[in-house]
Amino acid sequence: MRAKMVDFGGWDMPLQYSGILEEHAAVRSAVGLFDVSHMGEIEIHGSDAAALTDYVTTNAVGKLQPGQAQYSGLLYEHAGFVDDILVHKIADDHYFLCVNASNQEKDYPHIAAAKRFANRFTATVDFASDRYTQLAIQGPRALATLQKLTPAPLSAIRYYHFIDGVVSAITARIARTGYTGEDGFEIYFAPEHSERIWNDILDAGQEFGIQPCGLGARNTLRLEAGMALYGHEIHSTITPFEAGLGWIVKLDKGEFIGRAALVRQKEQGVTRKLIGFEMTARGIGRDDYEVFLDGAPAGWVSSGGPSPTLKKNIGMCYLPADRAQAGRRIEIAIRNQAVDAVTVPLPFYKRAIP
Amino acid sequence: MYPEDLHYTKQHEWVRLSDHAGVVGITDYAQQELGDIVYVDLPRVGTRVEQGKMMGSVESVKAVSDIYSPLSGEVIEINDALATAPEKLNESPHGDGWLVKIRLSAPDEIQGLLSAADYAKYVAEEESGH
Repeated sequence: MRAKMVDFGGWDMPLQYSGILEEHAAVRSAVGLFDVSHMGEIEIHGSDAAALTDYVTTNAVGKLQPGQAQYSGLLYEHAGFVDDILVHKIADDHYFLCVNASNQEKDYPHIAAAKRFANRFTATVDFASDRYTQLAIQGPRALATLQKLTPAPLSAIRYYHFIDGVVSAITARIARTGYTGEDGFEIYFAPEHSERIWNDILDAGQEFGIQPCGLGARNTLRLEAGMALYGHEIHSTITPFEAGLGWIVKLDKGEFIGRAALVRQKEQGVTRKLIGFEMTARGIGRDDYEVFLDGAPAGWVSSGGPSPTLKKNIGMCYLPADRAQAGRRIEIAIRNQAVDAVTVPLPFYKRAIP
Repeated sequence: MYPEDLHYTKQHEWVRLSDHAGVVGITDYAQQELGDIVYVDLPRVGTRVEQGKMMGSVESVKAVSDIYSPLSGEVIEINDALATAPEKLNESPHGDGWLVKIRLSAPDEIQGLLSAADYAKYVAEEESGH
């Protein structure tokens, strides 16, 4: 198998295997397998594990049951993102955080420093990336594929829930989460078993037409699903309210890092907002291209590219909040030419729930 | 792999000569490097192009890549089929996936282009340098 490799946050990662379009189609119609072993893991243990996790994240950790996961934000005091993460509750005194590869080196010190300066949490923060590898099995046939390798009743795992079980007789955390807009699983296990489990999943999915997928398809899939990518829709000077992620902010849960700035922003209102767009003229509005409203520069494309499923050129952009409504004509500067587009609601793609 | 009758550039374009015109495309190596091509931006018929200067672009799912004119002249025909079927660049880079036809203004420029063998050698060096 020949993968085209790219440097991604210091990791040599597969950009594509058979081709982005083919891999993308496999995930929408059957199943795809992603090597996301570069993702980081942080574990928080101790009697105050829940309180500390709540203090450093935006979502309400207290609402989680053991075996449940939630999407959340790690913020700076000014409410910009340190990272966007998944918080898994293993037990009352144990939380498992899945974080972005390129941010793990700052996430861990951020959480450790928050604990030290607050000086009231009995908890340990562990940088655990070396102990886990992560694979994502995504698509309508993901369940049937993975089920062949585990006795765990996968259909009983609800969306954003997980169990600790086995895959290919290897201890693994099996979560029904993903970054593609399809049903699927993300599994975590000890890195020495990576090759074996990777190969077993490819064998198990062969009858469904499984494709190994690279970062290229991962990006087109998440873009269609309207999901944020750190460094694009969100970064250190973008807040959850601006990024359309108000639903992961629970201001009523008590004190957390970034809360004061978010309360202020909620009172005053945001000045810019994320919105989707579709190109209406020929051209592809790509990451960082400038967006014009009524002939004046007004914002920028956070992510843009072709949508293989919709066969349109789509993207997400930031616009002044008072003008960031769907149905507005905008222009995107593509190589010194203003090319017509129209704003549309997010997401672009939603799977039909059977 | 690289047809003998074509002339090549280090920017991975090719030219096929006929009389005082040249048909231009991108090489098989270029299309492989780009991956699935989804959009092609070509100059209009009548545009004057200059050797080594940008004349258009091709876009894959992931990236935008400039196309440089291998020779100087005037664009007399463009491959309209690419507007609706850009995948022809992946399927047949040295054939149906041609980009433009140029009426040459300085045919001697062809002397500076690479033969199939030299281009193949150049690509091999590029690849080993990766």
